[in-house]
Amino acid sequence: MIGFLLRRFGAFIPTFIGVSIVSFLFIRLLPGDPIMLMAGERGMSDERYAQLAAQFGYDQPLWAQYFDYVVGIVQGDLGTSFKTKRPVWDEFFALFPATLELSLCAIIFSVAIGIPAGIVAAVNRGKWPDQALMTTALVGFSMPIFWWALLLIILFSGMLGWTPVSGRIDLLYYFPSGTGFMLIDSLQSGQAGAFGSAVRHLILPTIVLGTIPLAVIARQTRSAMLEVLSEDYVRTARAKGLHPFRVNGLHALRNAMIPVITVIGLSVGTLLAGAILTETIFSWPGIGKWMVESIQSRDYTSVQGGLMMIALIVMIVNLVVDVLYGVINPKIRKR
Amino acid sequence: MSSVDGYSADSADGTGNVASVARPGRFREFWSYFRENRGAVVGLAVFLLFVLVAIFADVLAPHSPTEQFRSSLLQPPAWQTGGTSEFLLGTDAVGRDMLSRLIHGSRYSFFIGVIVVVIAATSGILLGLIAGFSRGWVDTLIMRLMDILLAFPSLLLALVMVAILGPSLINAMIAIAIVLQPHYVRLTRAAVLGERAKEYVTSAQVVGAGPLRLMFVTVLPNCLAPLIVQAALSFSTAILDAAALGFLGLGAQPPTPEWGTMLADSREFVLRAWWVVTFPGLAILVNVLAINLMGDGLRDALDPKLKRS
Amino acid sequence: MALLDVQSLSVDFRTANGQFRAVDRVDVSVEEGDVLAIVGESGSGKSVSMLALMGLLPWTADITSDCMRFDGTDLATADAETRRRLVGRDVAMIFQEPMSSLNPCFTIGFQIREALKEHLDLSRSERQRRAIELLEQVGLPEPEKRLRAFPHQLSGGMSQRVMIAMAIACKPKLLIADEPTTALDVTIQAQILELLLDLQKETGMALVLITHDMGVVAETAQRVSVQYAGQKVEEQGVQALFAEPRHPYTSALLAALPERATTRHLPTIPGVVPGQFDRPSGCLFSPRCPHADERCGREQPTPADASLGHARCHYPLMAGVPRREAS
Repeated sequence: MIGFLLRRFGAFIPTFIGVSIVSFLFIRLLPGDPIMLMAGERGMSDERYAQLAAQFGYDQPLWAQYFDYVVGIVQGDLGTSFKTKRPVWDEFFALFPATLELSLCAIIFSVAIGIPAGIVAAVNRGKWPDQALMTTALVGFSMPIFWWALLLIILFSGMLGWTPVSGRIDLLYYFPSGTGFMLIDSLQSGQAGAFGSAVRHLILPTIVLGTIPLAVIARQTRSAMLEVLSEDYVRTARAKGLHPFRVNGLHALRNAMIPVITVIGLSVGTLLAGAILTETIFSWPGIGKWMVESIQSRDYTSVQGGLMMIALIVMIVNLVVDVLYGVINPKIRKR
Repeated sequence: MSSVDGYSADSADGTGNVASVARPGRFREFWSYFRENRGAVVGLAVFLLFVLVAIFADVLAPHSPTEQFRSSLLQPPAWQTGGTSEFLLGTDAVGRDMLSRLIHGSRYSFFIGVIVVVIAATSGILLGLIAGFSRGWVDTLIMRLMDILLAFPSLLLALVMVAILGPSLINAMIAIAIVLQPHYVRLTRAAVLGERAKEYVTSAQVVGAGPLRLMFVTVLPNCLAPLIVQAALSFSTAILDAAALGFLGLGAQPPTPEWGTMLADSREFVLRAWWVVTFPGLAILVNVLAINLMGDGLRDALDPKLKRS
Repeated sequence: MALLDVQSLSVDFRTANGQFRAVDRVDVSVEEGDVLAIVGESGSGKSVSMLALMGLLPWTADITSDCMRFDGTDLATADAETRRRLVGRDVAMIFQEPMSSLNPCFTIGFQIREALKEHLDLSRSERQRRAIELLEQVGLPEPEKRLRAFPHQLSGGMSQRVMIAMAIACKPKLLIADEPTTALDVTIQAQILELLLDLQKETGMALVLITHDMGVVAETAQRVSVQYAGQKVEEQGVQALFAEPRHPYTSALLAALPERATTRHLPTIPGVVPGQFDRPSGCLFSPRCPHADERCGREQPTPADASLGHARCHYPLMAGVPRREAS
């Protein structure tokens, strides 16, 4: 088991290095002079240029700059945002909880509906529940999610007035953010209606963000179940006279869960990509919206820092998924 | 000796009668599986329809997609009060005919899908073949590179690349192609590794086939099934991602009638002029759905494990 | 009354290229304590008929029969719950690939105890004791340790012993063994067969052994049923079959045994079993039969009576020569 863990970490390091190189190179690949881009000043004198070059570390050889950069990451120093003049690290972690809360709700939503849907579809293969569920999943999968968001807003906020259009909570509630999770903070604040407001603000963004993962999970569960259902050990389970619920829900599902968990883990990337669009439309103050705004306002330090952090998060989640894999399927531990 | 395929039927003493169906050829078998899946056939039909619309856009569109009719800003579709039959699906905020823009937009969608898939698939398959056949450090290097690419969420990476290259449709397509490529590399490599162990490859090597021939003539044709399915999936992903980039203002730039770009400024009209929001998205949805249905049908028809017999 | 009574069982599979008849009007009958061997090549439908009985066929299979009774229960009309109570308890089945027939995610002990829990009313400790007992019965050393192991840690022979243990856990009246030794090494084959026969003698259960190996049949069976291309072509007691095969196919199978060879080259049967697309309109074996004539190619034969081994042949063999009637 230890060997397995060590091997996984071993694969992690080179990828981390590669990712850091990519984000390091990001600013340097932009058209134009990096120092002028980062300073945002025009027509500066030569002394000012040299001064800035020293400040940003550009007078050093490339490998030294890279080294400083990596050290910076480990220490939590990602540079300073042009726009707000605050450290990028602080900006990132101030906004991260909002994205995390939304993503967690989206995952729970998609798993809670997706896995049962996939099982029902697989067990009823070829009959109408299968076709209906899979067609719905396919539609969910084929929709541009920014459009889906707009459509839901038209319906639920515009016509029905049930849900709000933007933000995480009604403006009339204010309390210091303890955990950064609006659901928890609003409960802790004790203010009447705060929690309800937080929930209402979460509904549409969760549905929008969770739609594609839901479709993917449902389809993946179905196909994994179908594969597993034709395996010999499922036949053995049936030959033992076990109830179909037990055959499908325990014997088959345990083995089918393995690829499904991979998919759930991999959907972190999809979620973060989707968060970019969802947060933009719902004005949800998370890192997705922050990245878009940083790109649009040419705040390249923020973009660089955000890129690195997001990639790091995706990699860590993949690592955790890999380890979970080994826990669930004893055969994998040998690899 | 009766042959396995059933095409000849002489028996040990010459009296064998073969009374049943001869085994169909490969394409016909594939087509009969594909045909069974009604969704896939509908998808194919819709897809072909879009292709036709894209080809004949100039003829089909009632107006020019970029002409602004100042006197008809934000006109509702023809069936609502205030709409006219001149602009069947209404006009947008600067008076352009929605229908014509949608029709011309189909061209961009196909352009995007085809180019992205061709670039991503070609380079991806090549890298995958090289990785699968070389093993050793070349393989590890290529897979590490792909891992790095895959560590970034696809849209984010495309966004950042477009930021570097500058917002335009071409740059968006390049960015998306790069982001989609790792899937082809992984698929090809996995298929190659799987096939390499099989006996027909060893036989070809024994007979003296060189590496190029092994790669392209012996092994690649047997790996095509998952690649074809992936190509269909990438086509639709490309359209969606390009639309997303357009929506964020980083893809096709206005006045290009790309469906995503059409949605970019539409947020303010969500409550006022629903048609500006609904139709472009609907066009994307129907298009992508058709391609995904086809892709599903392809996968079911080509995947032997899920076959019935 | 027969323990197992199946008459005119047919199984059709719905494929993309039409219906495929895998089992064609087969009769199977087994008494208590019987040992029946079902012999045939791959594609003869020997496994499919047993799987149909157990209810283990996929959804694309259509099963029809005149009669399908086990221990008095009509399997064709029984509801799912009745079926589940029989399967795994009174009638059990073991399969060809023991390595993949065990669930890789659960320990051996879990899987055996599960069978016990489903059908018997035992306490937890009793189940554990019975599981250990079963592993001892099938000849596995260190049973407590084995129970905690995962399937991938066992060899083929050990896995098959575990499968047998699971199958006999609830003391079934009938055990169906579908090519239990085909995937195993030759030395292990003999051990497993011996184990099956010993268990059969100990418990008095009926045993249906499906195999393509005539050598195995000679060592184990009391009665033999020969299948070809989905049809039953002959059924006799084992000694009678080996001494006087009635159907040309049986005769050819026996002639191909190395132990019976009289010439330098082993005799083979030319051709292959008909598949979905090349079924002859007359006797299914006629394209490969050395004695076939024009009538064989045209007309489907009906089974003869018991003295001629129920041979499905127009001219059943008598002392090796087809009996042509002057008609």
